[in-house]
Amino acid sequence: MNIAVCVKQIPDPAAPGSIDPESKTLRRDGKLIMDDSDSFGVEMALQLVDKAGGGEVTLVSMAPNGETSGLRTALAMGATRAVLVSDPKLHGADALTTAKVLAKAIQRYPFDMVLAGTESSDGYTGTLPVQIAELLGLPSVSFAKKVSIDGAVVSVERQTEAGYDDVTCPLPAVVSVTAGVVEPRYPSFKGIMAAKSKPIETLSVADLELDSIAVAEEVQAVHDAQARQGGEIFEDDGSGFEKVVAFLEQLKLV
Amino acid sequence: MGVRTVWVLAEVTDGVVSLTTAELISQASTLGDRVECFSFNVDPSAIASTLGSYGAHKIWSVGELGGRLAGPVVAHAMASVAVNEGRPGAVLVGQTYDGRDILARLSVKWDLPVLTNVVNVTGELPDLVSEHAIFGGEKIVQAHFTHSSTGLFAIRAKSFEIRDHQAVEPEIVNVPMSEEVVADQAKITRSHVEERVGPKLDEAAVVVSGGRGLGQAENYQMIEELAKLLHGAPGASRAIVDAGWVPYAYQVGQTGKTVKPSLYLAVGISGATQHMVGMKAAKNIIAINKDKEAPIFQIADLGIVGDAHKVVPQLIDALRARG
Ligand SMILES: Cc1cc2nc3c(=O)[nH]c(=O)nc-3n(C[C@H](O)[C@H](O)[C@H](O)COP(=O)(O)OP(=O)(O)OC[C@H]3O[C@@H](n4cnc5c(N)ncnc54)[C@H](O)[C@@H]3O)c2cc1C
Ligand SMILES: Nc1ncnc2c1ncn2[C@@H]1O[C@H](COP(=O)(O)O)[C@@H](O)[C@H]1O
Repeated sequence: MNIAVCVKQIPDPAAPGSIDPESKTLRRDGKLIMDDSDSFGVEMALQLVDKAGGGEVTLVSMAPNGETSGLRTALAMGATRAVLVSDPKLHGADALTTAKVLAKAIQRYPFDMVLAGTESSDGYTGTLPVQIAELLGLPSVSFAKKVSIDGAVVSVERQTEAGYDDVTCPLPAVVSVTAGVVEPRYPSFKGIMAAKSKPIETLSVADLELDSIAVAEEVQAVHDAQARQGGEIFEDDGSGFEKVVAFLEQLKLV
Repeated sequence: MGVRTVWVLAEVTDGVVSLTTAELISQASTLGDRVECFSFNVDPSAIASTLGSYGAHKIWSVGELGGRLAGPVVAHAMASVAVNEGRPGAVLVGQTYDGRDILARLSVKWDLPVLTNVVNVTGELPDLVSEHAIFGGEKIVQAHFTHSSTGLFAIRAKSFEIRDHQAVEPEIVNVPMSEEVVADQAKITRSHVEERVGPKLDEAAVVVSGGRGLGQAENYQMIEELAKLLHGAPGASRAIVDAGWVPYAYQVGQTGKTVKPSLYLAVGISGATQHMVGMKAAKNIIAINKDKEAPIFQIADLGIVGDAHKVVPQLIDALRARG
C-alpha cells in the first residue's frame, strides 16, 4: 500500500496574519511550518500503510522559496519521502492551479490512495482535494471522519449536514480527512534524526510539464469589516448570572 | 443560455429546500436576467413552486442518485447541459459538502478557478464582485475574476436576504444521468442522522454554545439545559466536537454552521477567528469565560468574567425559578 499525502506549509498561525499591500494576497514569506490540518492526513497514511503490512508514504507540497521545514516535520513522523514544487511563477496560485501542480507531483510515484486535509488553515477553500481527484480521473470522498481499508476498498464515514454517511469506494481514490480523525504522533528524536537524510525532491513548474498556469482571479480591495463593538464586561462576584438575566429581560427572552 | 443566466445548486433535506438555496436564488435574480436551478435526489415537481417563488425560471433535474455521491454526477450533468445550451455567466452553490465537491469537479472540467467562502456577490453580469471575510471576519476582501468566462462561487450560508419574487412557474427538464464512470464509484451504503433536540441550529433565534472551557463532556448537559430554557439550540466549538463530546452537527464556525440568531451565548469558548466567523452576525452576544483576555469578549455585548461551573448553574436555577 502506497499513499501520497498533501502537506501544506504555512506561516505560523500564532503570528497575526497580514496582507501584502501590493499583491493584496496573504503574506506567505518567512519561515513556514506544517499546517496542523495536514498532520491528520500524515498520521492516517502512516497507520494505513502499517496495517496493510508495509508500503511508502510520499508527501507532496507546493510552497514558495523552496521551504522544507514543514515537510521535515512530516518526514520525522515517519513518511518515506517528499516532493516539493517551488517556483516564483506559482506566487498567488489559486486552488485549481495548486491542484494541477500537486496532481502532477503525485503521479511521480506509485500510489493506491491520496490523502489531504479537508481544508487548509490559511487558504481554506476546501476544494483542492476534489480538484485533484477530477484531474486524476479518480473517485473522491471528502470530509472523512473515519477511514479504514479492506483490500482494495476504502470505507469512510463522511460528514453530512445532518450526521454522516457510510461510504465505500474502490482504490485508487482521493480522501480528505477532518481534524480529529486520528491522533497525530509527535516526531521522536530518532524520527527527527532520520528525517534529515530522507529525500526531498524539489521541482520547478518546468519539471512538471504543465501547459498552462495563469492567475485568473484578482483581489481588488481589502477593507475593514464593520467592527463589532465590545460591550460591558463584569468580573463575576457571585452575581454575574443576574447580569445575564437582566440582559435576557431586556431582549424579552424571559 | 448566455452570460446573463445564473445557475444555482438547489439542495434539499427531507424534501425541503434549504434556506441557503433560497438565499442564493434571491441574490442570483439581481445579478442577471435568468435563474436556473440544478436539483438532485428530489422530485422536481415537488419543489418547483418554492424555487419559482424566489425567482427560478427553470429546473434541471438530475434525479435520484441512488447512493452515488453528488460531486461527480451533478458536475457531469452541469457540464453536459452546457455543451448544448452554452455556459451560464455564473454558478452559485452553497458552501456545503456536496456544493464544494460539485464546484471542485466543475472547475476542472471547465478549467476555471473557484472563489470559496464568499459572503457577498454584487454587480451585474458579466461584471460581478465577490466579498470574502478573512481573519475571522475582521477584514473583507473584494475579488473578481480576470477571465470573462463563467464565475464559480461557493457561498457561505446567510450571506443574502431571502426575497419574495414575483412568482415564476419554472420549466422542468430532466437531465439524463451519466453512465457510471470511474470518478463516481464511491457509494453511500447508509446514512446516519444525528438527532438533535429543539430547534435547528442554523435557524434558532437563540443559540447557546459550549467550548473546551466546560472541562469535560458531561458538563455539556448544562449547555443543553440552558438552551432548552431559552427555547434555543445548543451549539459547540470545534475543540469539543473534535474531542468527541458532541456530534459534528453541533459545530459553529468556519467548518461548521453559520448562525445568525438574535442571541448567541458562548460558554467557555475563547473566540478563535474560525469560530467567530460563524457567529459574529448574531444580533446580541453574551460570553462567559474565566479569562478576561479571551478574544470573544471583544465582540460580546455582555461579558461575564467567571467560572462557567458557577455562573451557568446559577443562571439555570434563576431561569427555572421564573418558570
Ligand atoms: C481550518 C480550521 C477550521 C476551523 N473551524 C472551526 C469551526 O468551524 N468552529 C470552531 O469553533 N473552531 C474551528 N477551528 C478551531 C479554532 O481555531 C479553535 O481551536 C477552537 O474554536 C477553540 O475552541 P474553544 O474555544 O472551545 O477552545 P479553547 O480555545 O481552548 O478555549 C477554551 C476557553 O475556555 C475558557 N475556560 C476554561 N475554563 C473555564 C471555566 N471553568 N469557565 C469559563 N471559561 C473557561 C478559557 O479561558 C478559554 O478561553 C478551526 C481551525 C482551523 C485551523
Ligand atoms: N500548497 C499546498 N501544498 C500541499 N497541499 C496543499 C496545498 N494547498 C492545499 N493543500 C492540501 O489541500 C487541502 C485543502 O486545502 P484548501 O483547498 O486550501 O482548503 C489541505 O488540507 C492540504 O492537504
